[in-house]
Amino acid sequence: MTLFRDLTIKQKQIVWAWAFLAIPVLFYGIIRFYPTGNAILISFQDWNLLGARTWTGLDNYQKLFADPVFWKVFKNTFVYLLLGTPISLVVSFFIAYHLDKTRFMHGFLRMLYFLPFMTSAVAMAWVWRWFYQPVPIGLFNNFLSTFGIPQINFLNSTTNALPAILAPAIWAGLGFQIIIFMAGLRAIPQSYYEAARIDGVSNWTVLREITLPLLKPTIVFIVVFSSIGFLRIFDHVFNMTTNNPGGPLNSTKPLVLMIYETAFTSFDMGYAAAQTVVLFLVLLVVSLIQLRILRDG
Amino acid sequence: MAATDDIRASSATLLEGGTPKRPANMGQYLRWALLFGGGILMVMPIAYMISTSLKWPHEVYNLKLIPEEPTIENYTYVLEDGRFFLWFFNSIVIALLTTLCNVIFDSLVGYTLCKFRFPGRYIVFIAILSTLMIPTEMLVIPWYLMSQQFGWLDSYWGIMFPGLMTAFGTFLMKQFFETVPDDFIEAARIDGLNELQIWWVVAMPLVKPALAALAIFVFLGNWTAFIWPLIVTNSVEMYTLPVGLASFGDEADVAWELIMTGAAISTIPTLIVFLIFQRFIIRGVVMAGLKG
Repeated sequence: MTLFRDLTIKQKQIVWAWAFLAIPVLFYGIIRFYPTGNAILISFQDWNLLGARTWTGLDNYQKLFADPVFWKVFKNTFVYLLLGTPISLVVSFFIAYHLDKTRFMHGFLRMLYFLPFMTSAVAMAWVWRWFYQPVPIGLFNNFLSTFGIPQINFLNSTTNALPAILAPAIWAGLGFQIIIFMAGLRAIPQSYYEAARIDGVSNWTVLREITLPLLKPTIVFIVVFSSIGFLRIFDHVFNMTTNNPGGPLNSTKPLVLMIYETAFTSFDMGYAAAQTVVLFLVLLVVSLIQLRILRDG
Repeated sequence: MAATDDIRASSATLLEGGTPKRPANMGQYLRWALLFGGGILMVMPIAYMISTSLKWPHEVYNLKLIPEEPTIENYTYVLEDGRFFLWFFNSIVIALLTTLCNVIFDSLVGYTLCKFRFPGRYIVFIAILSTLMIPTEMLVIPWYLMSQQFGWLDSYWGIMFPGLMTAFGTFLMKQFFETVPDDFIEAARIDGLNELQIWWVVAMPLVKPALAALAIFVFLGNWTAFIWPLIVTNSVEMYTLPVGLASFGDEADVAWELIMTGAAISTIPTLIVFLIFQRFIIRGVVMAGLKG
């Protein structure tokens, strides 16, 4: 300790800083960086957990790009994204815009919209799965049948299942997006609106010329954040199709579910690792494209 | 006097709200009614889940939201089985420990990166920032292999270790420590506190709202976490609530009202916490969302 006492204040600071960071730096090294490198490494190997690890170069990637299931899954993942992000963006903005102008029981209304965000995806996937069952079990079909409307086959249809699974995912995320939009709307200076009112500008023009341009940072955040969520969808799909994960006929299977099955049902670790690398690249490219378009456009 | 007061009052309303208040028109009533209707629709799935968990089997498939003869039979049945009790306990312990660890380490790292000047600061900052881009799914395979090698499979530690620190939390805290004036820290230093004491006694109390926001996010994230606990656990006793619920729902011939009861058990705690700390949580979500 005599040594420590002899240090200058500046040197002591450095020692303290690294003392504080020692455990976290180890953590990030061992639990984040090493596994990242390891995942990339394994993606070039053939390995089923028990046998030997053999180098196979780009074989896993070649196999992946030649696999029709992968392309089906790739398409599904983007359908989740391309339906989920715009729908949740428009709906949450619409609700936030009107909620922002409502004073009466504002807090109560906001609470109603936010509540689903506090639920667990697994629990709600099972609730919605029950809703979607055929007559006489499922709530939706029972409701339709009281009006004499024909049954809708939700989860057993290759065309309806994906939107049916997407619905609770959108539903659960709306509350968060509404809250973020309302915070963005609050941050716009009132003076802009007053100036517009003095000029006698219509509500529509105010929305287009003032509100939306000034909300741009909020919109960018919500688009990027929700896109990452939809590209990584898993909990809802897995729990609503446990009898046949990703079914019927792979029509709802997203990339993360394919990764899960390849790694932990077939134990084909090299192939699964290659899929995770593709997922990483997809997330990276989609986020970068969105940032570029939304920031500059 | 009265006349000038009137003028003052009316000019004040002009400045405040522009046009003087006029009676609410049909449009505003309609807006409120639609928002209210939409809000009720939003909570319907939760309402039906809770209502069904309180129904007898013969009532489950009718559309009435209020059970005719409410019963807690489903809860007694599910809890007597014992597994949900265990899963609930596992989830609570794991979520609380992880939250505690994040609150301590994320803020310590955020504080150090914000208030200290030392060689390597920028590299550490960029390194932690870059981990935000790596999706969890890319890491689960190496984490699994690691757990297998070190015998962490099927244990609390195995479930918890990937989430003990988060880059998101670190940046949230770093942002908030920017608001703590350096003078406070200098003053404490002159008073003879060491750096650890300054962080814990001086800086931490000043960022309590941010700590709470972080705690809420981490707790909720771990309470609902699914894919990693699903992978790392394999005995029924080690399941967390979401994993347990998924396996319970998947068993043959499990009645829907029992699944709804299980779903309610894993949802109601967070809903109660939310209803109590509503304002606070919403503020926290905005802070975390915008600053993190």
